[in-house]
Amino acid sequence: MVNWTPDEKHYITSLWAKVNVEECGGEALARLLIVYPWTQRFFSAFGNLSSPTAIMGNPKVRAHGKKVLTSFGDAVKNLDNIKATYAKLSELHCNKLHVDPENFRLLGDILLIVLATRFAKEFTPACQAAWQKLASVVAHALAHQYH
Amino acid sequence: ILSPHCFQGGGLWDSLSLTSLPGRMFCVYPSTKTYFPHFDLHHDSEQIRHHGKKVVGALGDAVRHLDNLSATLSELSNLHAYNLRVDPVNFKLLSHCFQVVLGVHLGREYTPQVHVAYDKFLAAVSAVLAEKYR
Repeated sequence: MVNWTPDEKHYITSLWAKVNVEECGGEALARLLIVYPWTQRFFSAFGNLSSPTAIMGNPKVRAHGKKVLTSFGDAVKNLDNIKATYAKLSELHCNKLHVDPENFRLLGDILLIVLATRFAKEFTPACQAAWQKLASVVAHALAHQYH
Repeated sequence: ILSPHCFQGGGLWDSLSLTSLPGRMFCVYPSTKTYFPHFDLHHDSEQIRHHGKKVVGALGDAVRHLDNLSATLSELSNLHAYNLRVDPVNFKLLSHCFQVVLGVHLGREYTPQVHVAYDKFLAAVSAVLAEKYR
């Protein structure tokens, strides 16, 4: 069980309330594919990923980004039970999707940068620390069922 | 090849938010404080800001010599290899915080294209700093 201070919970839930999941999710996934192009290996069915412009305009990227960030929201709603929340998804990412867990850490860091660009005033060091912890806990939970 | 037009420095490099970079890193990644037992690590100490200025100054130097990083950072490379011996994992932590600060400072202007350029630049600087380690 992860120990969250009241401050950490506040930084997480209050910022999450302001997040446009479709936009932020789409942007985070697009940035992952642009900044770390090797991550495109998981998305050969997504069509045109040939340039940053193509990636940012790709509707499949946007839709999938929204799906991923919506799922991230489950962690925010279940801060005291994150490992259980992602047990099934963890199995899926290991057994069916074959995703190296390093990618969860990469996406987590990208998400934080996206949040930083959109919520400059709120993203103080203390706020970043809370979100960094959340991203790391989610990544850990997603990797937990790997074998 | 990093295209120079992405690096429009100027005022950004002198900004207060960048000199608070080490402070942010200490807050987000407490293990990084282990390299500074001799520092006053209270939030926003003069020592931290001074160090932030040094680090940002060195990065600004590197930005101006993208095609010659090894030579430009040679002294710092020696320092980190023989004297400081900072575990290279920490370069990633500082780089990430640097990008967060850039994001906070530039907002929408920190486009994916600028983002990938800086990620690549910081990775290159990190590699140079560690290149004499063994």
